[in-house]
Amino acid sequence: MQQSRPLVSLANGGVRRDERWLVRGVDLSISRGEIVTLIGPNGSGKSTTAKMVLGILKPDEGTIERASRLKIAYVPQKVAIDWSLPLDVMRFMRLTARLSSAEIERALELTGTTHLKQAQIRNLSGGEFQRIMLARVITQKPDLLVLDEPVQGVDFNGQLELYELIRKIRDEFGCGVLLISHDLHIVMAQTDRVLCLNGHVCCHGEPAMIIDDPAYKMLFGSHAVDKLAVYRHHHDHTHLPDGRVQHADGSVTEDCHPVQESAGTAHEHEQGGKHHA
Amino acid sequence: MLDDFFTRALLAGIGVALVAGPLGCVIVWRRLAYFGDTLSHAALLGVALAFLMQVNIVFSVFAVSVIVAVLLVYLQRSGGLPSDALLGLMSHSALAIGLVVLAFMTQVRFDLTALLIGDILSVSRSDIAIIFAGGCLVLAIFIWNWRELFVATVNEEIAQAEGFNPARANLVFMLLLAIVIAISMKIVGVLLITALLIIPAASARKFASGPEQMMVVSSVVGVAAVIGGLFGSLQWDTPSGPSIVVAALFFFVVSLTPIATLLRGRKGEAS
Repeated sequence: MQQSRPLVSLANGGVRRDERWLVRGVDLSISRGEIVTLIGPNGSGKSTTAKMVLGILKPDEGTIERASRLKIAYVPQKVAIDWSLPLDVMRFMRLTARLSSAEIERALELTGTTHLKQAQIRNLSGGEFQRIMLARVITQKPDLLVLDEPVQGVDFNGQLELYELIRKIRDEFGCGVLLISHDLHIVMAQTDRVLCLNGHVCCHGEPAMIIDDPAYKMLFGSHAVDKLAVYRHHHDHTHLPDGRVQHADGSVTEDCHPVQESAGTAHEHEQGGKHHA
Repeated sequence: MLDDFFTRALLAGIGVALVAGPLGCVIVWRRLAYFGDTLSHAALLGVALAFLMQVNIVFSVFAVSVIVAVLLVYLQRSGGLPSDALLGLMSHSALAIGLVVLAFMTQVRFDLTALLIGDILSVSRSDIAIIFAGGCLVLAIFIWNWRELFVATVNEEIAQAEGFNPARANLVFMLLLAIVIAISMKIVGVLLITALLIIPAASARKFASGPEQMMVVSSVVGVAAVIGGLFGSLQWDTPSGPSIVVAALFFFVVSLTPIATLLRGRKGEAS
């Protein structure tokens, strides 16, 4: 397959419901190995645009072209598993494809969720569930990966880790990625191109350019732009997905308290607390 | 062996329970209980039309269920009434129309109670043949359609995005449900068909840690309810259809006690 041909290209796409355009005039193309981010306020047509790309919605205006035999994997914004449906992680991984246990193990390993193999889906936390969703799409070996707000309900550090994971998936499989996000600053480092939507395309380009674009400032307000430089803080330790902690020197312990400290010296941390920023 | 009415009743009941198990689970997962109720109430109208036009009852009930199902899906899509109000309206209207039409047919003799709560003890050899032929057909199509149906049950958008056809899966499921209603009407009657579908499934929930397992357990509970209900009705001279439903309810209550957790062992989740 030639590299230059985009996986999907949408030209002047628009969707209309009840005499109202949800989104209109969207030009968008995604190539192999590229991460494209859609950003915009609520109701700006991000999800609608993604659904046009996926083929869930047909554009009422404009055209869409997909590469032949394009394999798509999708992580929707909300997946509600009914209480009455017993579904563990292993079965969920096999949702849309027949997979060997080895394939599943590998995907779980890559997303750091091996310990959740037997867990019921509805008992997972927000972050765990998003990792499982990513593990499932890894097993699909997709050409195109579409992620609708994949970090919802995940704390700040968890968000950074998830985006890092998405970049890793892109690097490893060379798939194209369409990402919907509400916060450009967190995804900036992982994004090749940004489309800023508000019923239409306000502006588009590389993330560093978008941040300075007047249209972007208009849409999100200047405080959104000022925030940019602030967030970059470092930990002397990292929380592994299974709850253990890796310290700066590479050692791994059960919690984040240094070994000598837990020997008896008083300190204000509660046992097992995870509150540190 | 088939000369004995009680043996025939057992066979017919078990046949229906085996098919009702998996379909009932899907109804519970997708919150279609009221939808199933509406279809089964419409079955009474099917019976009336069968008398009126001198056609086979099973076929007529199936046809009416399909028409009502399609109508429901169309009305739900086109908006207007909220879904539950629409279902309530359709469900009871179908029942009422069926009763009114039946009342007009003074020339035909029929037993209204048998239509409403079933008459499993009068099951004939040909009824059993229809139940098992229809049941095998339903199970075969269900298994063939299972992956697509299950993906659509978990999330329709994932299904659509990843190359499945949830609309087709839903349509096939509706047709299967219409068949099950048509063949199980004689067993428990139009008022209690939904019970036979959802109570075994609801009882199976606590015993199962996966969807396929839950469907098998649901069938087993259904069969146990049929056997228990029929012997109970013989013992205490109670109406057989309601007795089967009461037996199913008994299993559901048992599933709420710690016994379910013990039976499942340590395999499942701590919930």
